[in-house]
Amino acid sequence: MEVALSRPRAVREPFLTRFLDNERLLAALLLAPAVLILAVFIAYPFVMGVWLSLSSTSVGNPGEFVGLKNFLKAWDDSIFRTAFGNTFFYTFWATIFKLALGMWLALLLNRHFRGKRIVRASMLLPFIIPTVLSTFAWRWMFDPTFSVLNWLLYKTGLIVTKLPFLSDGTWALWCAIVVNTWRGMPFFAITLLAGLQTINPDLHEAASLDGANAWRRFWHVTWPLLKPVTIVVVVFSVIQTFSDFQLIYVLTGGGPANSTHLVATYAYQIGVAAGLLGEGAAISLFMFPVLFFVVWIQLRYLRRLEGA
Amino acid sequence: MVIERRWKKWVFFYIPLTLFIIGTLFPFYWMLITAIRPDAELYRSWRAATNTPFWTLHPTLAHFQDLLARTTFPRWLWNTFFIAIVSTGISLVCGLLAGYALARLRFPMAGALGTSIFVTYLVPPTLLFIPLADIIRDFHLGNTPWALILTYPTFLIPFCTWLMMGYFKTIPKELEECARIDGATRFGAMVRIIFPIAIPGILSAGIFAFTLSWNEFIYALIFLSSPERKTVPVGVVSELIRGDIYFWGQLMAGALLGSIPVALVYSFFVEYYVTGLTGSVKG
Repeated sequence: MEVALSRPRAVREPFLTRFLDNERLLAALLLAPAVLILAVFIAYPFVMGVWLSLSSTSVGNPGEFVGLKNFLKAWDDSIFRTAFGNTFFYTFWATIFKLALGMWLALLLNRHFRGKRIVRASMLLPFIIPTVLSTFAWRWMFDPTFSVLNWLLYKTGLIVTKLPFLSDGTWALWCAIVVNTWRGMPFFAITLLAGLQTINPDLHEAASLDGANAWRRFWHVTWPLLKPVTIVVVVFSVIQTFSDFQLIYVLTGGGPANSTHLVATYAYQIGVAAGLLGEGAAISLFMFPVLFFVVWIQLRYLRRLEGA
Repeated sequence: MVIERRWKKWVFFYIPLTLFIIGTLFPFYWMLITAIRPDAELYRSWRAATNTPFWTLHPTLAHFQDLLARTTFPRWLWNTFFIAIVSTGISLVCGLLAGYALARLRFPMAGALGTSIFVTYLVPPTLLFIPLADIIRDFHLGNTPWALILTYPTFLIPFCTWLMMGYFKTIPKELEECARIDGATRFGAMVRIIFPIAIPGILSAGIFAFTLSWNEFIYALIFLSSPERKTVPVGVVSELIRGDIYFWGQLMAGALLGSIPVALVYSFFVEYYVTGLTGSVKG
């Protein structure tokens, strides 16, 4: 029995063994599935997106080549310009707040106290819970008629009339920044906390023996050591905030009067809701130079770290 | 250690931390309280004297019943779960193999390939959703779970590859070399020696990928159209708002039920999740 079973294996194995022991062939084989999926669903759509943006395609109409017309049209569109400006404004302030609050929270969580594990775990909840669902809770908290925040401020005597949370363009954009900060801050806090935990406490001890106060210890000891991880976290956050869609889609839907659109939500409105695929693709490609620049900085930075 | 005065500890530690905890968790509390509050209390003017916004004396499950009666919510939950599990599985397999190849094998273009996978990691879905919608239509995948199962890996595979690559680099090369000297093939050493050691890394990547797919919105919004095919986030958005009317009680009930599974998974694997999170940016 055993002899009969092992015979075919003995014939097949040398070939397979030789095949799999060739480093190049094995590498190609292992990389094939990942590369295939990424090529079909990222590289191909990207090329196709560039083609769409140069054509007049809309739903049910194959369209023709129109050159840069879609890009010029978007640039002349005042709603697009507002959306483009909003995207920078939103990304800038949300990132600043997330970094500042995340750093503060990380420093607090880096201390020893009872219930540390459960506090740390619950701090990450905004990041875990689907953004769409938690943004609905915020939208309800900002409700024009039934806002609990208005109630709170009114009862404590801070306001006499309702605040126009989502009914005024400027207010609404700041509300979106608040919600984005609330959602993204834990990501900063937890990654920075991981960075903090690698810092040797002896350094702080030494600095405080030399008479450095808490602020100087942070600025001269903690911050320089934390800078590499901070830069990487900021890059990730900038990319995600800059290309944000779901938060605005649920919180304001781009309104009131198209004043809070981001590039991604406006691309959706033109490309999907209105069916103008070419124009929509052109609008979303306006994000590309900025994303490219951020990724380029990140790659250069990683190289420098590896070189050092 | 630096000795602190008591008031200083309150001002610089307890009070800020408490504010952080309240600020972080209040929206979830608000979700819960809205979900169990009867409609009559929900839509009461904010200036009404009898208003008790922070609790309710008449908790009700009516919103949950309405949610289950009016929508196919359990179906959405199942769709979300199924899509998240399958796309996570596909991405884990691809990421595991590719991560091993990039971390361990020497071949031409290894550096360039590693860089390009990293770059795809940073491509946001909102850059590509319009052409992707066209491709999904061309492949006749529209309105099927496969539209999402095949597109979610675009952001999960780069992440899994990146994370596994970092993990494999921490495993000493000698382990494989010993196995090879003992007669194992390269492939055999990988599968029998290295992969079992990498299980914590695989678990981290899997948990993180699962929460990412549970969270995904824009692809699900565009690729799915019939109500019973939808995932939880899309279903809640499109079926619980009629025109301008928001069914807040049901919306919050749905948000709560849609959050619980992912919160449970997270709470069981907090440490793995945190490793995945911090590893996602470290590499």
